[in-house]
Amino acid sequence: MITLMINGKAHQFDDDGSMPLLWALRDVLKYTGTKYGCGKGLCGACTVHLNSQPVRSCSLPVSAVGDGEITTIEGLSENGEHAVQQAWQQLNVPQCGYCQAGQMMSAAALLENNKKPSDDDIERAMSGNICRCGTYQRIKQAIHLAVELKE
Amino acid sequence: MSGQIENVSRRRFLKNLGISSTALVIGVQLPGLSLMPKALAASSDNAVFEPSVYLQIAQDNTVSVIVHRSEMGQGIRTSIPMILADELEADWQQVKVIQGLGDKKYGSQNTDGSRSIRRFYQPLREAGASARMMLEQAAANIWQVPVAQCQAQSGHVVDKAGARQLTFGDLVAAAQQLPLPEKDKIVFKAKQDFNFIGKENVALVDGHDIATGKAVYGYDVQLPEMKIAVIARPPVLASKIKSYDDSAAKKVPGVIAVVKMPDVEEPVLFKPLGGIAVIATNTWAALQGRKALKIDWQVNQDHQTYNSDSYKAALNNSCDNPAKVLRQKGDVTKALADADQVLSAEYYVPELIHAPMEPPAATAHYHDGQFDIWACTQTPQSAQNTVAQFMQVEPEKVNVNVTLLGGGFGRKSKPDFIVEAAYLAKTLMMPIKVEWSREDEVQQGYYHAVSYQKLRAGLKNKTLTAWQHNVALPPIGSTFSKGADLIGSESGLGLVDMPYQVANVSCAAGKAPAHTRIGWLRSVTNINQAFAVCSFADELAHARDLDPVQNLLSLLGDDRLIDLTKEQTEYGNYGESTDVYPIDTARLKNVVNRVAELANWSKPRPKNHGLGIAVHRSFVSYVASVVEVSVNPQGKIKLEHVWLSVDCGTAVNPERIKSQMEGAAVFAISLAYYGELTAKNGVIEQGNFDTYQMARIGEVPETTVDIVDSDAPPGGVGEPGVPPIVPALTNAIFAATGKRYRELPLKQYDII
Ligand code: FES
Ligand code: FES
Repeated sequence: MITLMINGKAHQFDDDGSMPLLWALRDVLKYTGTKYGCGKGLCGACTVHLNSQPVRSCSLPVSAVGDGEITTIEGLSENGEHAVQQAWQQLNVPQCGYCQAGQMMSAAALLENNKKPSDDDIERAMSGNICRCGTYQRIKQAIHLAVELKE
Repeated sequence: MSGQIENVSRRRFLKNLGISSTALVIGVQLPGLSLMPKALAASSDNAVFEPSVYLQIAQDNTVSVIVHRSEMGQGIRTSIPMILADELEADWQQVKVIQGLGDKKYGSQNTDGSRSIRRFYQPLREAGASARMMLEQAAANIWQVPVAQCQAQSGHVVDKAGARQLTFGDLVAAAQQLPLPEKDKIVFKAKQDFNFIGKENVALVDGHDIATGKAVYGYDVQLPEMKIAVIARPPVLASKIKSYDDSAAKKVPGVIAVVKMPDVEEPVLFKPLGGIAVIATNTWAALQGRKALKIDWQVNQDHQTYNSDSYKAALNNSCDNPAKVLRQKGDVTKALADADQVLSAEYYVPELIHAPMEPPAATAHYHDGQFDIWACTQTPQSAQNTVAQFMQVEPEKVNVNVTLLGGGFGRKSKPDFIVEAAYLAKTLMMPIKVEWSREDEVQQGYYHAVSYQKLRAGLKNKTLTAWQHNVALPPIGSTFSKGADLIGSESGLGLVDMPYQVANVSCAAGKAPAHTRIGWLRSVTNINQAFAVCSFADELAHARDLDPVQNLLSLLGDDRLIDLTKEQTEYGNYGESTDVYPIDTARLKNVVNRVAELANWSKPRPKNHGLGIAVHRSFVSYVASVVEVSVNPQGKIKLEHVWLSVDCGTAVNPERIKSQMEGAAVFAISLAYYGELTAKNGVIEQGNFDTYQMARIGEVPETTVDIVDSDAPPGGVGEPGVPPIVPALTNAIFAATGKRYRELPLKQYDII
């Protein structure tokens, strides 16, 4: 039995400890906001925070989480008030939206470590997140907007 | 016909089973209940005025818009309500969006071919305007005043002579009693009175749900007792199972069953591909179980011969021996012989796959002789019919709920994955969600056909006198008719509709047998055909010593409507009449001029920069693109900027048109840089984003979009942005480096 701290709540997990956190979240604990895109750490759709750092949940076995605090898109804020979520809505960033939970989690983690990222900083931090719909231009704008909203 | 609207409420057809809210998908206890629309289920004694299948107005003043098209990022769940709410004069705050089930009463629901707005702008306006007129009439009857005195205004009808007003909700009971206005009596709003159409004042309907992780996609559906299935499908198309050993798979904790799928017979249509399904309590267990399967395939001998290198050579050869002439005007052979300059070029575009971020996923529950289905489908009616046929039930016994789609690009208009779920749900008598992995999606798809093209042009005194274009590619028809090896409607996607003014033209196709499932991918063969046509046009610019913009304008020639029927050329025109949607060279030239100005074409650039231009009409819209690239001392290319000018007729939702164009630029960059699938002995060699790469944030430049203000009927938006961008990009690389790249992808040249 493993106890997982997700969005501030404790969850008991008694499946296979080698299961990637992504599937534990989605299939076992029903946090479906975190998405599958590749299962190999190549696309970023599954990005969550482990102790405030962005991680690819598809490549992180549950057993490796320990007593770390996990935050998913559902827990980023109560009701979408996080600056990143606000900026995403204001600029209508999403197209299909499927990659955007991962994008927002990466962006939120970036802003924790870098209060005012440059375009280059953004490109570096976000390069692991694919958006097949091609919303990159707006993602960049939205991160700059989130900086303003935070100020 | 989609143009028909009927007053459903008059028939008291209010069982509402035709409607479902994706919001109810999660955790429903009784699948039957999930078919109830949320808004209406909550207030069953709330009378509803339902003047059309797309619209319901409730006494609590809610205006429910039934969106019957699939949302995959193009913004249709926002754009359809904009149209209806505008003509209705609804307040945006009172509008609720309900996703329509698959049901033929809506007209076509095939969300592909860039036609949602094109086909439904008018019917939706009619529905909204009719309802508005009925509400005004209802108020006139209540107040006993002439209807001309009553005016709908943001959710109310006001008495222009007095200070009184009623909400739409107040008028529901009275409006229900009224007949629909006759079609020729419908009064539409004038353009200057639009509140939403053509404006950018509405936020995405699903924006908040997406931002908070609540949006429900096909992959996210959860039903009580639902199990997850993944399938080991034959690596070579139409191969069968000789034998298999599932003992190790069954030992994986969480695996509950292994099921052999029926072998597929060609033509493959939308049938499941066969293979072995592993069913488990969670995805991880299912994937582990699948890995543990031992399968001995009886490999399809014909398709096993598919090797990309030799196939390319065969396509090349086939271009020289065309089996069918598709357009013939004048005498190309003679004109080429008479020319004082002849140019030829060969273009190659590899096989491509959709790679929507969400791979296909579908959930099915079989109970009481019927199927309840939830899926990320672009085509709920075709899903319904294909499941019905395969499972031998009446289509009425198949309820298809459409979730949000995590991208579609054409993949999700093929319901094979939905049939898989239905088959397993019935076989195992439990709710099943079939999930495709990324590798499944890349290796078992419906592919954009690999193509070889040969073009020749004759110039006399620098004037174009001959145009010859031969194509060889495996046709989409092969998916529907075994052995089909010659293109059909593909010829209308950038081949025979070549718009340049030239006296002698020949377009022809060579045979090419298919060895994978061929399907349509965003903009279809416009991808490769526009790449060839627009690249070759640029080669002509240099042969004619003309600036590429001047060259394009001169090739397009006089302002005229091109009538291909005069040349006895078959042309589909995207299913539209050429009277309403002609091929108009003035509109092509207009977007060329506008994009050149937008990009400041004639402004000198740094020495290591280059500009490229291309223009293409597809899906009855006109798009011109300029791309600027720079090259560094190591010879690596960087994209500096993309400009697009779009004439899609009436622009309903300019904000989403821009986002579609921004997305088209990224889609085009991905395919130009990286797009290549290869086959070895019939097996696709790529599998995930490491081997089938996508453009990433740092590779994508800013895209600037200009939308032509037009009152012409609306054209397509989702696809037409893609075709001109690839040739504009390679033309720009030529301008910067002097090198022509006629074979994609560009990664092979070490310039990325
Ligand atoms: S699903 Fe984890 S990186 Fe793609
Ligand atoms: S919005 Fe569709 S993949 Fe990013």
